[in-house]
Amino acid sequence: MSLGTTLLGLLERSPQHGYDLKNAYDERFATRRPLAYGQVYATLSRLLKNGLVEIESVEAGSGPERKRYAVTDAGVTDVERWLSRPESPEPYLQSTLYTKVVLALLTGRPADEILDVQRVEHLRRMREFTRRKSEGDLAEQLICDHALFHLEADLRWLELTAARLNDLAKEVRR
Amino acid sequence: MTTDLSPHPGGTPSSSAVPLLTASGVSRSFGPTPALLDASLTLYPGEIVAVMGPSGSGKSTLLHCLAGVVRPDEGRIEYDGTDLTTASDTELSALRRTEFGFLFQFGQLVPELSCLENVALPLRLDGESRRRAERTAAHWLDRLGVGDLAAKTPGECSGGEGQRVAVARALVTRPRVVFADEPTGALDSLNGERVIRLLTDAARESGAAVVVVTHEARVAAYADREVVVRDGRTRDLGGVG
Repeated sequence: MSLGTTLLGLLERSPQHGYDLKNAYDERFATRRPLAYGQVYATLSRLLKNGLVEIESVEAGSGPERKRYAVTDAGVTDVERWLSRPESPEPYLQSTLYTKVVLALLTGRPADEILDVQRVEHLRRMREFTRRKSEGDLAEQLICDHALFHLEADLRWLELTAARLNDLAKEVRR
Repeated sequence: MTTDLSPHPGGTPSSSAVPLLTASGVSRSFGPTPALLDASLTLYPGEIVAVMGPSGSGKSTLLHCLAGVVRPDEGRIEYDGTDLTTASDTELSALRRTEFGFLFQFGQLVPELSCLENVALPLRLDGESRRRAERTAAHWLDRLGVGDLAAKTPGECSGGEGQRVAVARALVTRPRVVFADEPTGALDSLNGERVIRLLTDAARESGAAVVVVTHEARVAAYADREVVVRDGRTRDLGGVG
C-alpha cells in the first residue's frame, strides 16, 4: 500500500499540519500500530520534492515552525490514478482496498466503482485459474483451487463492502 | 432464423455478432416491492453469462423475465426477433419447451419417474416417440457421466447425481439458451464444481448460450462475463480474458 498516496488523499479534503495528518491517518487506517512521526515527515518531504504537495503556510511559534501542507494538482492526479487502477489480486489485499474505499468516500469519489473495477480484476484472475485447472493434472488442480478459494474470499469481502458503503460513508465522514 | 449460432468461448463476442436475447429497461414489482428497475442484459449466441448479486437483489427475477416465465411491468425483452413481453402464453410456452433449457437449485426432477424418463420428458412433451426420446436421453445421461442411474428414481440419487441428471434434462432438447438458477447452490464444493463444469462444457460443445444466476464466484469464473444486479439494477462488468 502507498503511504504517500494515502496522505495525499487525506490532504485532498483540506490542508493540514504533519501532526494532524498523522492523527487523521492513525484514526482511520492504523489498525495495529500508529504511524511514526519520522515516517510522516520523511514522506511529506518526498512528496514536496516531487511536487505533489506544497507548503501552504508556515506558522511561527515558541517551538519549531509548523508547516501546513496542501496537495497540488499533480498530487490529486496521483490519487486519482491510484484509486482507479485495480490492484493485482494477491493475498492480504484488504488493507489496501479498504484504504482506497475510505479515501474515495472522504474525497467524494464513487467508491462503488473502485469495488467494481477490483471485482472485474479478481474475476479475470479466477477465470485464468479455472482455465489452468481444467487443463492441469490433480496437483495443478489443487494449487489452482487454493488460489481460487482465496480470490473468492476477497470477492465476498468486496461484495459485503459494496453492500455496506452507505454505512461506511456515514462513519468516515463523521 | 438468421442469428449467428457460433459460440464465443472464453470472451466477449465481437461487436458484429447479433444478440440472441436482449433485455432493455426491464422493471418488475411484486406488489409494492420493486424487484427489478430498468434492468438490461444482452446475450450473444453461445455465450455464458453469470448473473451475480446479493440475496434479494433481483437476479432470479431477471432470469425469470429473460426466460419468459415472468412478464415485466415495463421494458422490452427480445429473443431472436420475438418480443417476449407481448408474446402469447402459447408462444412463450412453445419457446420454453423448444428453445430454452432450465436448471434450478433442486426439485426439478419428477420423483415418480426414473432418471431416464425425467430426461426424456421434454422430448416426449414435444411429441417425440418414447423410443426415440429415451434413446436421446440415454445418450445425454452417458454424456454427463450418470448413464448408470437411468433406471433409478431421483430419490435414489445423491444431490450431485441428481443435478447431473438435471443438466442432461436441460440440454436434451438442444436448446439455444439454458437458464440456470443457482445450479450448484445445494451442492458441496466438489460436486458443485463438477456440475458447473459439465454444464458449461456441454453447452459450449452444443453451442448453447447459458445465463447462470449464482452467488458463488468460483461458479461465475466458468462464464465468459458477469452482470451484477444490485437493488434491482443491472451493471454489466464485461468479460476480461
